[in-house]
Amino acid sequence: MWDYTDKVLELFYDPKNQGEIEETGEAGVKVATGEIGSIACGDALRLHLKVEVESDKILDARFQTFGCTSAIASSSALTEMVKGLTLDEALKVSNKDIADYLGGLPEAKMHCSVMGQEALEAAIYNYRGIPLATHDDDDEGALVCSCFGISESKIRRVILENHLTDAEQVTNYVKAGGGCGSCLANIDDIIRSVQQEYASPALNNYGVQVATEIVTSKQRSLTNVQKIALIQKVLDEEVRPVLIADGGDVELYDVEGDRVKVVLQGACGSCSSSTATLKIAIEARLQDRVSKSLVVEAV
Amino acid sequence: MQNNCIYLDNNATTKVDPEVIEVMLPYLTDYYGNPSSMHTFGGQVGKAVRTAREQLAAILGADESEIVYTSCGTEGDNAAIRAALLAQPEKRHIVTTQVEHPAVLNVCKQLETQGYSVTYLSVNHQGQLDLDELEASLTGNTALVTIMYANNETGTIFPIEQIGLRVKEYGAIFHVDAVQAVGKIPLNMKTSTVDMLTLSGHKLHGPKGIGALYIRRGVRFRPFMIGGHQERGRRAGTENVPAIIALGKAAELELLHLEEATAKERKLRDRLEQTLLATIPDCVVNGDVTQRLPNTTNIGFKYIEGEAILLLLNKYGICASSGSACTSGSLEPSHVLRAMGLPYTTLHGSIRFSLCRYTTEAEIDRVIEVMPSIVERLRALSPFKNDDAGWLQGQEQALAHR
Repeated sequence: MWDYTDKVLELFYDPKNQGEIEETGEAGVKVATGEIGSIACGDALRLHLKVEVESDKILDARFQTFGCTSAIASSSALTEMVKGLTLDEALKVSNKDIADYLGGLPEAKMHCSVMGQEALEAAIYNYRGIPLATHDDDDEGALVCSCFGISESKIRRVILENHLTDAEQVTNYVKAGGGCGSCLANIDDIIRSVQQEYASPALNNYGVQVATEIVTSKQRSLTNVQKIALIQKVLDEEVRPVLIADGGDVELYDVEGDRVKVVLQGACGSCSSSTATLKIAIEARLQDRVSKSLVVEAV
Repeated sequence: MQNNCIYLDNNATTKVDPEVIEVMLPYLTDYYGNPSSMHTFGGQVGKAVRTAREQLAAILGADESEIVYTSCGTEGDNAAIRAALLAQPEKRHIVTTQVEHPAVLNVCKQLETQGYSVTYLSVNHQGQLDLDELEASLTGNTALVTIMYANNETGTIFPIEQIGLRVKEYGAIFHVDAVQAVGKIPLNMKTSTVDMLTLSGHKLHGPKGIGALYIRRGVRFRPFMIGGHQERGRRAGTENVPAIIALGKAAELELLHLEEATAKERKLRDRLEQTLLATIPDCVVNGDVTQRLPNTTNIGFKYIEGEAILLLLNKYGICASSGSACTSGSLEPSHVLRAMGLPYTTLHGSIRFSLCRYTTEAEIDRVIEVMPSIVERLRALSPFKNDDAGWLQGQEQALAHR
């Protein structure tokens, strides 16, 4: 039996913002489109964003969804959530935000919220002219789930972003392992690897010291100097060791308000997964350790 | 909702006939004796169990001694497969099909890990078997051929007797999962090539938790449930007496109504199917439309997804079923429809309507009335509109190898 919240049912029975947005040539306005999912997997979403060029603001959002109740409700929720946001603000919308907007989704349907977040990201990257091949880290790395075509990098990302701890959760979020099931053991290995990576002894040695400063920082507002020092410290002690281990590196270039500008170096500089590195390995860590409002950009 | 629903999911389970409940109830209250007891109190229950066995044997054209009660269809399938293998330990090959119920498929998959080889016969676009492929798969090492009588999703009926003739040439045991067939098509085990046959009570207006296995006299059978001497030593455990009484009555009523009920169901099913096909563009019937159960239609509504259809049908109080991934525990769509090679555009939006003798003309009219608007509404949301769409076409081609 379906176990959907009233909000899910409301947006399924009466979806908001369904349909397309066509490019009309209106001055100062552009349309961005993002497509994600597939007919084979049983759900697909095409998201349309009408963007005011000068302000980067999303004026309108519409969707076309092939999928189940949750997929349709998640798509509709997403369009409601991003209207009025700038593209940078919209990029911060996570799959968890979509699920929360709906009052929750059944665990087995969390992949519908992930699809929404991915379509949003695809639309914004398309709009910004970032070629698909250089931002779609999901095509990189070993293919783990051949039934649904899910790569290791995508699995790692969903584990990190949603703090997943077992293979069943990974299946619920990205479908990997939901077909023949032969990759479930590999998914367990990836989970263990991600957990070890983010709790390595080298980091823990530094972590104690950084944590002390975080506790201090949360008790009072940081001055600019303190904020920059703490960002530098977190980068040096928690982020760079991980990147260096993969042949890459990062350098702090500047901090303007909440915008943290960094230079990706080594393997990270040329890696097609650099966007994920920025968002997951660096931005999420700085948001957690220093301030939730920080946005990391590569220069 | 429960009392007013239009129930078109009878291949999943059926309403228990009121007459069945009536005969069953005393065995939950006054007549609670153990049928194996020697005293009169138990003996009268044992007599009722024998009567029920006769009633059940009648619908199969079998002898009452050839009936073994089980707890469900799954147990019947498991028992038959394992018994056939235990009885022929020198043989290590099994033949089945890709479209069996999980109660057969998953047992076969497990047996593969235990050193058995299994041939999974393919089906064509209509869900039918290729008898030449069957013949080619049989060897002297084949212990068991286990094939369903009628498919639960599409209603496609396999040529069981033709299959059986081939199986017998190779000396293998022939088991048939007839859970969907009993009560829907006439059966006569006396003239059949079938060695063992599974049925389930709740598919024929009996209660859940009771099934039976027909075992042809003389077929070697090694039970996997061992204990007391119930069921002639073939299935140990105190009998589920009320359910057995109920199954006997349900079988009697099914046999009584068989001709009239199936004619009515076929007529209503055909009207439903033909009207939906005529009024809704881009939909197709899945399965063999000539060799098919009279109560079942499986229709693929292209470009939309089954769970969404079901939820909208549910809003109108209509209960049906879907082969879409989102309605199952798995994330994969129906293995039956996939084995038939249906395109993803069709199989994700496939809906099964299964009727019974209680289905009315007014109920079918209601489905005919609401279904076009449901499909139209979901198609308005869908990014897929036709088979030429670049996005869709590319994906179908890329996935063709899967």
